[in-house]
Amino acid sequence: MSLAVILPMIIFLLIIFFVGYYASQKISASNSFLQEYFLGGRQLGGFVLAMTMVATYGSASSFLGGPGTAYTMGFGWILLAMTQVVTGYFVLLILGKKFAILARRYKAITLIDFLKMRYKSPIVVLLSAASMIIFLFSAMTAQWVGGGRLIESLTGLNYHTALFIFAVSVLVYVTIGGFRAVALTDAVQGGVMVIGTLILLIGVVIAGGGMDNIVQDLLNENPRLVTPFGSDGNLSAAYVSSFWILVGVGVVGLPQMAVRAMSYKNSKSMHRALVIGTIVTGFIMLNMHLIGIFARPVLPGIEIGDKVIPLIALEVLPAWLAGIVLAAPMAAIMSTVDSLLLLVSSSIVKDVYINYVKPEASEKTIKRMSFGVTAILGIIVFLLALNPPELLIFLNLFAFGGLEAAFIWPVVLGLYWSYGNKYGAIASMITGIVSYIAIHYYNQANGNLFGVHTVTIPIVLSFFAFVVFSLLIKRTPYDFEK
Amino acid sequence: MKQQDPRFKIAHREAWIGVGLAILHFIWWFGFAYGLGSRPVEEYSYIFGLPDWFFYSCVVGFILICITIIVLAKFVLKEVSFEEEDEVK
Repeated sequence: MSLAVILPMIIFLLIIFFVGYYASQKISASNSFLQEYFLGGRQLGGFVLAMTMVATYGSASSFLGGPGTAYTMGFGWILLAMTQVVTGYFVLLILGKKFAILARRYKAITLIDFLKMRYKSPIVVLLSAASMIIFLFSAMTAQWVGGGRLIESLTGLNYHTALFIFAVSVLVYVTIGGFRAVALTDAVQGGVMVIGTLILLIGVVIAGGGMDNIVQDLLNENPRLVTPFGSDGNLSAAYVSSFWILVGVGVVGLPQMAVRAMSYKNSKSMHRALVIGTIVTGFIMLNMHLIGIFARPVLPGIEIGDKVIPLIALEVLPAWLAGIVLAAPMAAIMSTVDSLLLLVSSSIVKDVYINYVKPEASEKTIKRMSFGVTAILGIIVFLLALNPPELLIFLNLFAFGGLEAAFIWPVVLGLYWSYGNKYGAIASMITGIVSYIAIHYYNQANGNLFGVHTVTIPIVLSFFAFVVFSLLIKRTPYDFEK
Repeated sequence: MKQQDPRFKIAHREAWIGVGLAILHFIWWFGFAYGLGSRPVEEYSYIFGLPDWFFYSCVVGFILICITIIVLAKFVLKEVSFEEEDEVK
């Protein structure tokens, strides 16, 4: 691979390092280490907040897997991908002000702090810490594998070296800079994603001879590519609609999104983030998936979905520009990984260590613990990603939907329904995870139950579990003013 | 029970706005995608080269959502302080 492609990537990594270093200067200046390291001192402005939500959420799948599927499935898959626009506004409007106010009142730094104060139950805390550590850990490793593979395919280095470069880059700025570094680098990475996708879309449309031409080519090849039902006619309306739950409204339950909803400075930055986040998410999703399908007439016959974007970029753009554009999926992967890494480490330090092991730990110990745990976790993930074990791939399947099914109701109903109590929360989490795993197996063996995505039914069941158990056992209204 | 924090009233109202907006968004998205998209392919018309169902459902739908969000953020959502002002509880 030519130097012209690699050089922009190196410059990109250097900028990221610089931002991480800048953020670490802020940490040493601030007084409350925990709040600063894991929440950026609750001082995020609108733009950074929006970008960090978009970047955290947009992962390898939005930049490599998704467009790759659009390449084979056609417009129906873009219809599905556009359900993600809803996350842009839904998470902030639902968690919104109430979560921000309560999180401050409770002095909560993690999502689990919030659950702990709301439900006052060690079982809820341990259950949620365990599911977060396990699921996010495996989700993270999967993303590292993606990052390593991307560098591998771009630079021609072997996978181990590529993974090493990726790991070092992420670890340096997350460990020293904490949440603020993550959020700031996310903002840079989000910017790279927006510009990168726009350049590539224009490049592909020109290479394909204009939109009319491209769509005509698709019609000639297989008219179904232009319908909402997929290239083989198998994308049903029920299935596509159920993605409204998986990637749209259900995202409210993802801890990495919820923690961002406690980090904003004031309601003004929240409103700005709402606008910017929605526009940017929709823009990136629409562009990337259009690129995926427009690539089909330009570069037919690509077998592996993940390779569509790298190949098309190298095909239609000059090498240096392709380098800049391909920094976008790189940015997406890095920004997802960095937030997950920090979240898992905050869960271990804050939710488990300080809560149950050593509540009287001094500021200095906590500081050393936080740096140490973050670095050690990163190294473990690196070692696992070198040769990913079966179990991990298995757990990763559940990461996204499983977390949603576990957390959505304890968070949302915990915020808005005063009768919600710990019995409801525990029942809801267990029902969510267990039924998610059960239905996953059922769907694998028999095709999708009711024709909808696996996540749908567990979310419904865990809702009823929450309500029924809250009302049956020790029913008392919760007083939010305490 | 003590007096409810007045900020919560605003927060609850805005959460309902979120739910309402998502429902309207879904109806728009679903209606155009499967309303227009279920016709035979030969009957599709094309706007800026894109099939009409897709153009209305995803492109126009997205633009409308952006406009709605901007209007909401400017005129409907209220600014509240997140800090605890009355520490005398």
